[in-house]
Amino acid sequence: MFKLLKCIAALALFLAAHSVVAALNVLACEPEWGALVKELGGDRVDVYVATTARQDPHRIEARPSLIARGRRADLVACTGAELEVGWLPLVQRQSGNPRIQVGQPGNFEAARYVTALEVPQRLDRAQGDVHPGGNPHVHLSPHNIEKVAVALGERLSQLDGTEAPYYEARTQAFLQRWQQAVAKWEQAAAPLKGMPVVVHHKNFSYLSAWLGLKEVGELEPRPGLPPTASHLSGLLARLRTDPAKAVLRAAYDDPQAAEWLSTRAGIPVVVLPFTVGGNDKATDLFTLFDDMLTRLLSVAK
Amino acid sequence: MFKRKLIAAAIALACAGPAPAQDAELAKIREEITQMKEVYESRINALEKRLAEAEAKAGKGERGAASAETAAASASRRTGENAFNPAISLILQGTYADTSQDPETYQITGFVPSGGEVGPPKRSFGLGESELNIWANIDPYFQGRFTAALTPDNEAEVEEAYVQTLALPSGFIAKGGRFFSGLGYLNPLHQHAWDFQDAPLPYKAFLGGQLKQDGVQLKWIAPTDLLIEFGVELSAGDQFPGSDQGRNGIGGSTVFAHVGGDIGRSTAWRAGLSYLDISPKDRSYDDVDAFGMPTVNSFTGKSKLWVADAVLKWAPDGDATRTNFKLQGEYFRRKEDGEITYDDSGGSALFGPVAGAFDTRQSGWYLQGVYQFAPRWRLGYRYDRLSFGTVNNGIVQSSLGPVAADFPVLTPYSPSRNTVMLDWSPSEFSRLRLQYTADKSRIGITDDQFIVQYIYSLGAHGAHGF
Repeated sequence: MFKLLKCIAALALFLAAHSVVAALNVLACEPEWGALVKELGGDRVDVYVATTARQDPHRIEARPSLIARGRRADLVACTGAELEVGWLPLVQRQSGNPRIQVGQPGNFEAARYVTALEVPQRLDRAQGDVHPGGNPHVHLSPHNIEKVAVALGERLSQLDGTEAPYYEARTQAFLQRWQQAVAKWEQAAAPLKGMPVVVHHKNFSYLSAWLGLKEVGELEPRPGLPPTASHLSGLLARLRTDPAKAVLRAAYDDPQAAEWLSTRAGIPVVVLPFTVGGNDKATDLFTLFDDMLTRLLSVAK
Repeated sequence: MFKRKLIAAAIALACAGPAPAQDAELAKIREEITQMKEVYESRINALEKRLAEAEAKAGKGERGAASAETAAASASRRTGENAFNPAISLILQGTYADTSQDPETYQITGFVPSGGEVGPPKRSFGLGESELNIWANIDPYFQGRFTAALTPDNEAEVEEAYVQTLALPSGFIAKGGRFFSGLGYLNPLHQHAWDFQDAPLPYKAFLGGQLKQDGVQLKWIAPTDLLIEFGVELSAGDQFPGSDQGRNGIGGSTVFAHVGGDIGRSTAWRAGLSYLDISPKDRSYDDVDAFGMPTVNSFTGKSKLWVADAVLKWAPDGDATRTNFKLQGEYFRRKEDGEITYDDSGGSALFGPVAGAFDTRQSGWYLQGVYQFAPRWRLGYRYDRLSFGTVNNGIVQSSLGPVAADFPVLTPYSPSRNTVMLDWSPSEFSRLRLQYTADKSRIGITDDQFIVQYIYSLGAHGAHGF
């Protein structure tokens, strides 16, 4: 009996000691926020990313592994703006974790800290899959990443007060490196101003706004509906009078429609990684924008 | 000569430089110029400052206007009593059916009828159930959900009306009210989310279509990377296979456990085991005797049901947009022990109410696969089968009067079905389905059912379960 008590005491001490060193458990909805949390949290955070760059975040289901990860998460770092409305609320409801519910500090929505583009005047499903809060793909402007980083750094400090100085230092360091990188990118991206492009889906709006690209058409007839032959033919006809320099698509988009238009209009397809992990080069937020700019500049001539 | 010297001296004197009086004047002029410069400079500075401030104000004004616009826009959407309105969605469904047998004569031979609406849809055009869902967070501690099914016969059935906790610690979730039991895989999902127009045979035979509980449920999710969850439900036990008992205490209980996870990035799976324990009292069904006259049989005893379920979903790289595959199956095993009472007083009145021991060991299973081969198209196939097992009818075995022919529903027979379906979903809110079933639920008959079904959803679109 005494031996059992000793064992239990030892186990309890071990667990207590272990929990002091334990990292902040973070469930990131998309790879870009996972990368940002890793930059700001360093080795004090343990990040699991729910989706990969090869997956369309609209089509994800609340599968068992996400519910299990949600159960132990201290922080859920997502975009918000209804991007994850098909699965995140279910993960929150079924995880039995009071910390990540709506309104709690453990629920972080990046879109709240940036100015939304394309907020619809009228909400109607006949317009396709529109988001009431505006275009949710906010991570594609580095100025937005900066704003979110400030808020995320504060949130990490709020959730894990003992490590607050560490998070603050890392946030400041990140912001400094980021601002230098942004200045470099803006200088290099001067030739891209006004370049006309066709996009597969309206998920590049923040990138286009930042770089000054002109989106002259979309492959999807309406947001969320797959490209149709009639719509593509109409787009091809329009491009004859109003030409574009390239067709942009994300790594997870269907290549067929972009290839079709590219061959007939004689313009190249640019496959952008869209988020961290979209290709071999985009391994973190810095290399993501480096790679996207390199690819865009290669067709800007 | 002297004159010249005099003029030269005068010129020299004149050129000797300005007089001190002229010096002072120059200095004065210089001072005045400097003063003017300073005054003008300070005025220009002041003007520039004012210009800068005015520009900044204009910029702020613009931003202020923009943010006021968005604030006004969002505020206009969120003021007044309606600001906290719940999410509302309406599902519209309907069918066109062509069946070789009359749906009114539908029966699963070999199994006690479950009393639910388990038959095929009515022939020709028919409206399905219109499902109204309303849900919202109630306060920081609870959320609520309501689902009403409005049947084409103008009845409103409450399918779900429950309250669930949001903030219990340590992975607990409690639910109370009326809800679909967490038993099995298909049972907690709404019918409009199923991959076929109807429930599989084991659901029709053992659960009356879908088991609803009036009671409470407690779930616990383990803090592990693999999903491990346990649940227990206590209910009044008045839905089939239970019966309305008018008794104090707990009429039925359910326990279930689920395990689930990922295999790589492309595959997700979940397996579960459930157990239902319920004690029906005077659970009756209508039958006919050997002469075709009506009889009523009722069962009192214990009913125990085991369900094992598994589901596997695959998509290339985990992206289900273009192609994906879902494989799913469940196995049911039911044990009933108790007493059966045969009553032909409403018909032939040959024997009057006769009672005898009654125990059954019956099982069933189904396996279905659905493959999405193009962004909006899916093809599915399902095989269901029930096994008659053993049915020991004490009334017949003890020769108390009625014979096996007086229990036609319980004729030994193992029903099976083959179903194939093709559906087209132009968006995630609309679906059109074509389904063919070769239905051998009735002994000796194959019912060829062709069904066209539509499912449309309006309003908020809640997330569906895995």
